[in-house]
Amino acid sequence: MLTNPEKKHLIASSVLFGILSVWLVLSSPVAAEYADVVLNKRAEKEGMRPVIFSHWFHRIRFRCKVCHSELAFKMRAGANEVTMADIIEGRFCGMCHNGEVAWSVENCDLCHSGKPGLESQIKGSHETGGPGIW
Amino acid sequence: MSKGLNRKGCGWRRRVYSFCVAVGLPVLFAGAVYATGQWVPLAEDDLHDPDNPAIKLLQEPREALSELPFDYPGNQVNWVRALEEGFINPRTNIYPGSEIRVLDLDILMTRVGDQGYVIFPHKQHTEWLDCSNCHEEIFASKAGTTPVTMMAILEGRYCGRCHGAVSFPLSECARCHSKHPHSTGYGLATQAWPPTGAPKMAE
Ligand code: HEC
Ligand code: HEC
Ligand code: HEC
Ligand code: HEC
Ligand code: HEC
Ligand code: HEC
Repeated sequence: MLTNPEKKHLIASSVLFGILSVWLVLSSPVAAEYADVVLNKRAEKEGMRPVIFSHWFHRIRFRCKVCHSELAFKMRAGANEVTMADIIEGRFCGMCHNGEVAWSVENCDLCHSGKPGLESQIKGSHETGGPGIW
Repeated sequence: MSKGLNRKGCGWRRRVYSFCVAVGLPVLFAGAVYATGQWVPLAEDDLHDPDNPAIKLLQEPREALSELPFDYPGNQVNWVRALEEGFINPRTNIYPGSEIRVLDLDILMTRVGDQGYVIFPHKQHTEWLDCSNCHEEIFASKAGTTPVTMMAILEGRYCGRCHGAVSFPLSECARCHSKHPHSTGYGLATQAWPPTGAPKMAE
């Protein structure tokens, strides 16, 4: 036998349930994919959109060691001095985006795809809100 | 079911109650299903410029990631399982001569306060990474000598160099703190600690 306060409790919790689930549905994250990197030290100053590099796309095809050991990309957003001249000469992104491993540099807009005004950074990092040293 | 609720003439309260359950539970269920695997379209991710004509040529995260073993945090992909179970087979090298080093050695880390012990598995890491990505710059090659603390990890050092940036984020305490100090098994495995046999280099 349920007493009145118990029923109220049940009603209240099912209403809460409902609200919670609506909130769950509506609160779909509007955020970049985890581990996307923005490279924008020079691009925008020279009239191009910032560059977006996505880890999720590349790690399906390559293990970390390919880029961070063989190709010697430093593991810190903004630490690599990447220039377009380097890329065309086959360094950094140009080690693959050379028409052999992947499509070549003439597809400017595939790399230069960021919104204007973005800073060089990695997205979704340190989600726990630690101080962050970068 | 309680008798009280089945009593005749219980009135509006009963109706409100059944309505809430009838609506609330399915909505909750639908919400849970819907929230499982949400990848933001590129044009809405606040990063890609929707006015870039080439944006349509880029692959949408959902298209690729929804095919892989699901996990809640990060890319919503369990990358370890994706690799182990053969969903993906990323290249290990570009240059033919590169040495591929894989090490099967677990390290038990016990300076954890009241948390579970940390098991650091070399196997799962060296499938992705080379020794030089961690040794000697981030970690010394001698168990117990690197002064790792949780605070430093949260600042993006040690494990936090990758976890919280590219690998699964730091909210997943139990995936690192996976061994209860008083149990004989660790993680979900039934193996006893310490593992028997000398560390072996695979491949
Ligand atoms: C296709 C090449 C490529 C692959 C594969 C790759 N990365 Fe990266 N990574 C990059 C680039 C490019 C950057 C950005 C460097 C910069 O901004 O100077 C980066 C940055 C990073 C950073 C720095 C983030 C920060 O907090 O500043 C980490 C950590 C990292 N990668 C880890 C990984 C891990 C772990 C993997 C494997 C799961 C991986 N990367 C696979 C190219 C790659
Ligand atoms: C494979 C990816 C990729 C492609 C394709 C690409 N870029 Fe870049 N570009 C970059 C990266 C990465 C940078 C460095 C971003 C930074 O830190 O500002 C860059 C920088 C630049 C810069 C800044 C100045 C400099 O020399 O570094 C200019 C201008 C530029 N790119 C123009 C172009 C043009 C024009 C094309 C097409 C012909 C192109 N890019 C294609 C990746 C690419
Ligand atoms: C280890 C080789 C490698 C390196 C290094 C590399 N890429 Fe790629 N990238 C690829 C491959 C392979 C593809 C897929 C090509 C295809 O689908 O034909 C790709 C695709 C892409 C795409 C298109 C993704 C999509 O949705 O189709 C972008 C953008 C991109 N790379 C940017 C970059 C940038 C920027 C860098 C340098 C910071 C870089 N890549 C470095 C191998 C590489
Ligand atoms: C993701 C990072 C990472 C990678 C990659 C990695 N290690 Fe380690 N390694 C560690 C950590 C963490 C420790 C423990 C250090 C400590 O406790 O101070 C360790 C410890 C060791 C030890 C000491 C073991 C002992 O019992 O004293 C050896 C030997 C070692 N690693 C060899 C390797 C070799 C060989 C590779 C490449 C095949 C490798 N490691 C790749 C993180 C890594
Ligand atoms: C990427 C792996 C990883 C994750 C995720 C992680 N920890 Fe840790 N934690 C460690 C390591 C490694 C140590 C140091 C162990 C050692 O040196 O023996 C540690 C140490 C600690 C300590 C001991 C005190 C200190 O400051 O060092 C506490 C408490 C702790 N972690 C709590 C947590 C909590 C709570 C979470 C989840 C929010 C968490 N950890 C997530 C790896 C992790
Ligand atoms: C150089 C980058 C790097 C560092 C440093 C690193 N990890 Fe990882 N870790 C990875 C990658 C890549 C994976 C694969 C899963 C992923 O990307 O989410 C992984 C996976 C794991 C897993 C999951 C294994 C499984 O079977 O599911 C654990 C546990 C873990 N790391 C613990 C640690 C601890 C503890 C430390 C610090 C002592 C550490 N990692 C440092 C890159 C790193």
